Amino acid sequence: MIEISGLRKTYRSRKRSVVAVDGVDLHVGEGEVFGVLGQSGAGKSTLLRCVNMLERPDAGTVAVGGLELTNLRRERLRVARHGIGMIHQHFALLSSRTVAGNVAFALEVTGAPRAERKARVAELLELVGLSERADAYPAQLSGGQKQRVGIARALAARPKVLLSDEATSALDPETTESILRLLLDLNRRLGLTILLITHEMTVVKRICTSAAVMRDGRFVESGTVAGLLRQPGSELARDLFPLDTSASVATAGGGVTIVDITVSGDEADEPIIADLARRFASDVRILSGSVETLAATRAGRWRLALPGAPEDNSEALEYLRKRGVTL
Amino acid sequence: MTWSEVFELLSVGFQETAWMVGVATLLTAVGGLLVGVLLVLTDRGGLLPAPPVNAVLGLIVNVGRSLPFIILLVAVIPFTRAVVGTSIGTDAAIVPLTIGAIPFFARIVESALREVPADVVAAATAMGATRRQIVGKVLLREALPGLVAGLTITVIALVGYSAMAGVVGGGGLGDLAIRYGYQRFETEVMIATVVALVVLVQVVQMVGDVLARRLTRR
Repeated sequence: MIEISGLRKTYRSRKRSVVAVDGVDLHVGEGEVFGVLGQSGAGKSTLLRCVNMLERPDAGTVAVGGLELTNLRRERLRVARHGIGMIHQHFALLSSRTVAGNVAFALEVTGAPRAERKARVAELLELVGLSERADAYPAQLSGGQKQRVGIARALAARPKVLLSDEATSALDPETTESILRLLLDLNRRLGLTILLITHEMTVVKRICTSAAVMRDGRFVESGTVAGLLRQPGSELARDLFPLDTSASVATAGGGVTIVDITVSGDEADEPIIADLARRFASDVRILSGSVETLAATRAGRWRLALPGAPEDNSEALEYLRKRGVTL
Repeated sequence: MTWSEVFELLSVGFQETAWMVGVATLLTAVGGLLVGVLLVLTDRGGLLPAPPVNAVLGLIVNVGRSLPFIILLVAVIPFTRAVVGTSIGTDAAIVPLTIGAIPFFARIVESALREVPADVVAAATAMGATRRQIVGKVLLREALPGLVAGLTITVIALVGYSAMAGVVGGGGLGDLAIRYGYQRFETEVMIATVVALVVLVQVVQMVGDVLARRLTRR
């Protein structure tokens, strides 16, 4: 749904220029939830704003739903934008309009007739659970409610793609959770493709099927969340499951083998450690670890201690590898 | 001078002031909005970036704002004659009043529009709004309370300017105070006029405040 290749954007001021996005390639498939994770200043916001041409990229191409946006004329771009919803960190609602009025604005923009607008507004407010607050003004709403209005507005023109610019960063953890649940629900019910940027690991953990880590304008790693978890040395995996790497055991005679293992997908539900213990009669110990339910998959990560030196455990390690475990 | 004569003078002066300021306000509102919107649109990073146009427009506005009103009043006499047909009288005074107030109000409009958060404008752009929709439904509508408050300030400034309209025979309350109160030492007229002006300004300010508050949804 979203194809980006070789995207570059440099901000120039009189004195210096800052490369915000430095050659990013990105593919987001239909129905995917893709998260770009990065610190502030990593260029993720610029990247997102290049997708709907709020920022004009210096080089590279951006296509959404098969339509190349980089060289569209103003009027065609304007119409193309109806098919790309966007939600914002600070909600960006019109303070002079009611909840219903804010959603209606998105329909006025597409030129929908008045009669149609009314019904569609009611439908959208129902969808985000705000029907009772239709006549309230944004100033009377909580942050979570404001973002729900933002989501209803973004979906008004029935876009295939939703861009989310730190949509939960201004919200408390509980509200964040409810907004993420709503986004996930919309993704599943409407087949909505979502590209989001965030600095919060929770967001990636809860709803993303794919993710990228961005630093200094570049993707340092990207792929499906399940794939990244399997990838040895993945920063994302390490951040998703912070493993207490200081955990170790006093080496008894004969030494000890410490292994970090990551399992995801179906293997996460299998009794791998029990199998290991049974098969090799090994006094395997778990030093630290966790199991998490992610949007797309379940995954676990453990640090194990096997008695004996590494060479004594080669069979056991080989067995783990065969079971699809990442060491 | 009897009180009924004073009252008669005041009544005429008030009507002249109301007419001059009223018409000038309407014209200023239209002209100032236009110039103010253009200043915001043509700015670097605006919706219609045109830095040269912006610079020229800004210069004209600044020239208009730096001229003392009494000088402007005299300087535009040929233009006034061309527009109204005469350079003296109440109607003729409306022309310099409007020319003097437009740059003033335009700057107020400009700063009120800049108060609209950039991300709200970006959101409208991202939704695929036309520039016309962004100006009308986002910028002007969101800035409306500020625009009303700004117009109130402009009306009061016009009341002040209109005191100098006597120079071109415009009449009005201010002129009354100068001719009778100052030049003829008719203290009663002076005091009555000042009280009338204070009341007028007070009423304008109150109406403006109430309107601006009603429009504010923040």
